[in-house]
Amino acid sequence: MSLGTSARFARRELRGGLRGFRIFLACLALGVAAIAGVGSVRSAIQTGLEDQGAVLLGGDAMAEFTYRFATEEERAWMQATASAVSEVTDFRSMATVTRDGTTERGLTQVKSVDTAYPLLGEMVLDPPIPLAEALTDHGAVMAPILADRLALQPGDSFRLGTRAFTLRATIAVEPDDAGDGFGLGPRTIVRTADLQGSGLLSEGSLFETEYRMLLPPGTDLDTVRADALERFEDKGLSWRDARNGAPGIARFVDQLGSFLVLVGLSGLAVGGIGVSAAVRAYLSRKTSVIATLRTLGATRNTIFQTYFIQIGVLSLVGIALGLILGALVPLLFAPLIAGALPVPTVFTLYPGALGEAALYGVLTALLFTLWPLARAEEVRAATLFRDALDSARLLPAWRYVLATLVLVALLVGSATLFAGRPGLTLWIAGGIAGALLVLLGAAWAIRWIARIATPVSRGRPAWRWALGAIGGPRESAGSVVLSLGLGLTVLASIGQIDGNLQSAIQRDLPEVAPSYFFVDIQKDQMPGYLERLENDPAVSRIDSAPMLRGIITRINGQPATEAVGEHWVLRGDRGVTYSETAGARTTVTAGAWWPEGYSGPPQVSFAAEEAQEMGLQLGDTLTVNILGRDITATITSFREVDFSTAGIGFVMTMNPAALQAAPHTFISTVYAEEAAEAKILRDLAGQYPNITAIRVRDAIDRVSELLDGIGTAVRWGAAATLLTGFLVLIGAAAAGEGPRTYEAAVLKTLGATRARILQSFALRSALLGGAAGAVALGAGIAGAWAVMTFVMETDFAVIWPSAIGIVTGGVLATLLAGLGFAWRPLAARPAGVLRARE
Amino acid sequence: MSDAVLSLQDVTLSLRGNAGLVEILHGITLDVTRGETLGLVGPSGSGKSSLLMIMGGLERASTGQVHALGHDLTTMGEDALARFRRDHMGVVFQSFHLIPTMTALENVATPLELAGDRRAFDRARAMLDKVGLAARADHYPAQMSGGEQQRVALARALAPEPDILLADEPTGNLDGANGAAIVDLLFGLSRAHDATLVLVTHAPDLAARCDRVVHLDDGRIASTELRAAE
Repeated sequence: MSLGTSARFARRELRGGLRGFRIFLACLALGVAAIAGVGSVRSAIQTGLEDQGAVLLGGDAMAEFTYRFATEEERAWMQATASAVSEVTDFRSMATVTRDGTTERGLTQVKSVDTAYPLLGEMVLDPPIPLAEALTDHGAVMAPILADRLALQPGDSFRLGTRAFTLRATIAVEPDDAGDGFGLGPRTIVRTADLQGSGLLSEGSLFETEYRMLLPPGTDLDTVRADALERFEDKGLSWRDARNGAPGIARFVDQLGSFLVLVGLSGLAVGGIGVSAAVRAYLSRKTSVIATLRTLGATRNTIFQTYFIQIGVLSLVGIALGLILGALVPLLFAPLIAGALPVPTVFTLYPGALGEAALYGVLTALLFTLWPLARAEEVRAATLFRDALDSARLLPAWRYVLATLVLVALLVGSATLFAGRPGLTLWIAGGIAGALLVLLGAAWAIRWIARIATPVSRGRPAWRWALGAIGGPRESAGSVVLSLGLGLTVLASIGQIDGNLQSAIQRDLPEVAPSYFFVDIQKDQMPGYLERLENDPAVSRIDSAPMLRGIITRINGQPATEAVGEHWVLRGDRGVTYSETAGARTTVTAGAWWPEGYSGPPQVSFAAEEAQEMGLQLGDTLTVNILGRDITATITSFREVDFSTAGIGFVMTMNPAALQAAPHTFISTVYAEEAAEAKILRDLAGQYPNITAIRVRDAIDRVSELLDGIGTAVRWGAAATLLTGFLVLIGAAAAGEGPRTYEAAVLKTLGATRARILQSFALRSALLGGAAGAVALGAGIAGAWAVMTFVMETDFAVIWPSAIGIVTGGVLATLLAGLGFAWRPLAARPAGVLRARE
Repeated sequence: MSDAVLSLQDVTLSLRGNAGLVEILHGITLDVTRGETLGLVGPSGSGKSSLLMIMGGLERASTGQVHALGHDLTTMGEDALARFRRDHMGVVFQSFHLIPTMTALENVATPLELAGDRRAFDRARAMLDKVGLAARADHYPAQMSGGEQQRVALARALAPEPDILLADEPTGNLDGANGAAIVDLLFGLSRAHDATLVLVTHAPDLAARCDRVVHLDDGRIASTELRAAE
């Protein structure tokens, strides 16, 4: 029979309307909408960043140097290339206010600017005065949060280093703020010229200099970039241009967006279970129709096509609804979303994001409906009045198994392609597949245990009915455990990972981390600095090291990234130190430290783990550009460096002779009792105003805030998954209403009261929900343990409040769905129900 | 009325259907005495099953009074009716109405469990043995034939040793041989338990085994036929 015949049959059957397909449509629509929504918001941010790239960067292009200003040659090149150049320095410092004999201090990220700043965009101040006016005569503007913290009003004075400034206004809008990336302190802006003699921009201090350039119209960015890098890359110049004005944020948005899409995919998988259950229920109702069609001569192929077309049409309707929802919701809430984000956004329809969501929707629908559809063709004419679907064999025909495998490969392949992170995608896909398998096993086990436990519960009718219903042949235990379980597994994993990260950062880290980082300590200040601390009984440990920063430009003479590929160590500049000896706390894992007093060609000891990741060997040479000067050193040893304790950790340590001559300052960490922290800061900051103190607890709080934000976004993603799971649950409860109505009628006939029947319904819901929650918790804990152990490489402990919440949530969700559909069975008169069955 | 196990006074039943209010029963007055076997016969739609449902408290009479063992069923709430059935009645349906998620043994034990009987399963097993299904105790309804399912239903109705046994066309879905076997069991076991049996049937030979046969037509009692003397 032709496809046309199947299509006609399908059309006739679809005339029955969408009854029984509401959950099917909702599951598919919600899953697709979540992915389309996340994709649309991600595209809106990416487009905003691209559109506003030049403003975020502060110019068409930017040349960046660490620790130094541009040389005459570099300035000359920029003047010749650009139509306008603005010089901006960026560094951390302490803003201090002395009032009535007491001094308040606040860490601040200082931006010192010239008169050309800002080249692009507009600085908005409160009160609304021009920036030029605000900065004249040692004027300053700062972020409102810092002004509040220091109780500063416009007109008040404060100090940066040894230099006094007058606050003229607070910053309402800083056009290039998002382009500056993550800062530990709120912003203060002053004139660079006013910092002369403050000791903050002296040689060896930690600062970055940015030269923002406006280029003549028609300038080819690639050509200028290539020219700049060819001339000055070896001297430590980093290049950024308007095509990627805020690379840190762009990378973050891309990564978080990809991760949320993958979380959305798990939601679609949960929806797929609902879709599959709906199709199975529909085809079960259609058994007699299918058997009749077979009696009348319909081939297996015709049957498959007829129902494939029906389910296909309905799937497309669900996907279309999801796309409309996923496109419209971000548009409707655009003002709210834009207001909440610190980056520019452009909300419009993004066909790419919608296309990706549609593709996932189609593949998921195919994946989860293929097997039930394949079973429909197995209904024989002779089984007209038997429950043929229940007696079908476990696996469908081999061609459907093969098609399923192809669909799984396509789905994982597409996700990998779109997310651009094969490792993460495969981890998550493996996690979803693993969780589904565990839950499938758990569903089987729960039914088996229920069957075993039924005889034990004799004499407790409500328990026995509940267990009998769960373990019996018709209960939807499978789809409930799978859908709710998968949703809860995602939520449990995220809860455990988030909780462990927060606990590691907020509770464990302060125990091992120092109290303060002091940076920019001049060499001649070190003896006095150490004297103050070594005599303080509250100080348990002081680590100090010379601090320079350098960019690894070449490895074995080749450009670094060409030699070993992309690695975070090669991204921007890294801290470099020198030391005569390895020191008591250093473990050399390979090679040997240089002898004391060594003054031969430069040698470097490299962090062992990073060296292994980059494929570095003993004897390899590294060319490091420090303050514009190339130093080529041979790797003579590898050593363990633990970055997780927030202590001093340098990827590279060189022999003293290699670096001693370069201007530099010292960095120091102080481990002290919390009660003594304030006094230490007061004494040191008072004595050495140029030193910047970073309180580690404050930095931890700042990182925690950032993690909180990410955690909230991810929890929203997981909530969509859970909502889909709840929809499937409602679907299962709705599908079970008929059988439960009948069961209640029979039980009433046998003498059961409504309270007892309700008790049994509640028990079976709670048992299933509790079981799904417990299994999800186990799977979630296993997943979180794997992530913390293998990805984060840190300790794992079960976060019990989150765990208990998951199981309780599972019980409540099933109770809610189950009892929501219990009223009709309880209210129905037995006679009417039983008569209808006669 | 003092001898009557079941007593109906001027009972009417009206049900609201798609076509509006339908009058099912009109002024039925009827007594059934202890140990009696009563057959309700009549054409389809005459109200036989509805009358049986009213006797069992499964349907509520629109007007009139229904007493069972001295209790006024028309004033009892839904749960009170359920408890009354649990303690005094057994019901057998044409479509068996076994609970599909329970095995044969569990189905039979259910009313005993509801009554709080500690020996529920022992008694259920014994009852299944009486109906010849001891070997199928752990089978689900879907795994049994129609005749077997009806025997389970019969065992379930009789296991609590009810005072009143109501049977609605118990052989309607069975072939001749199975039907005859069920009828033998029905009469034999109800007599053995001294239960009052009210039976709805289309089958003349089945009606002929009752002490009394009430003919219904269009919701009214058309005639009553006493058989005990035959």
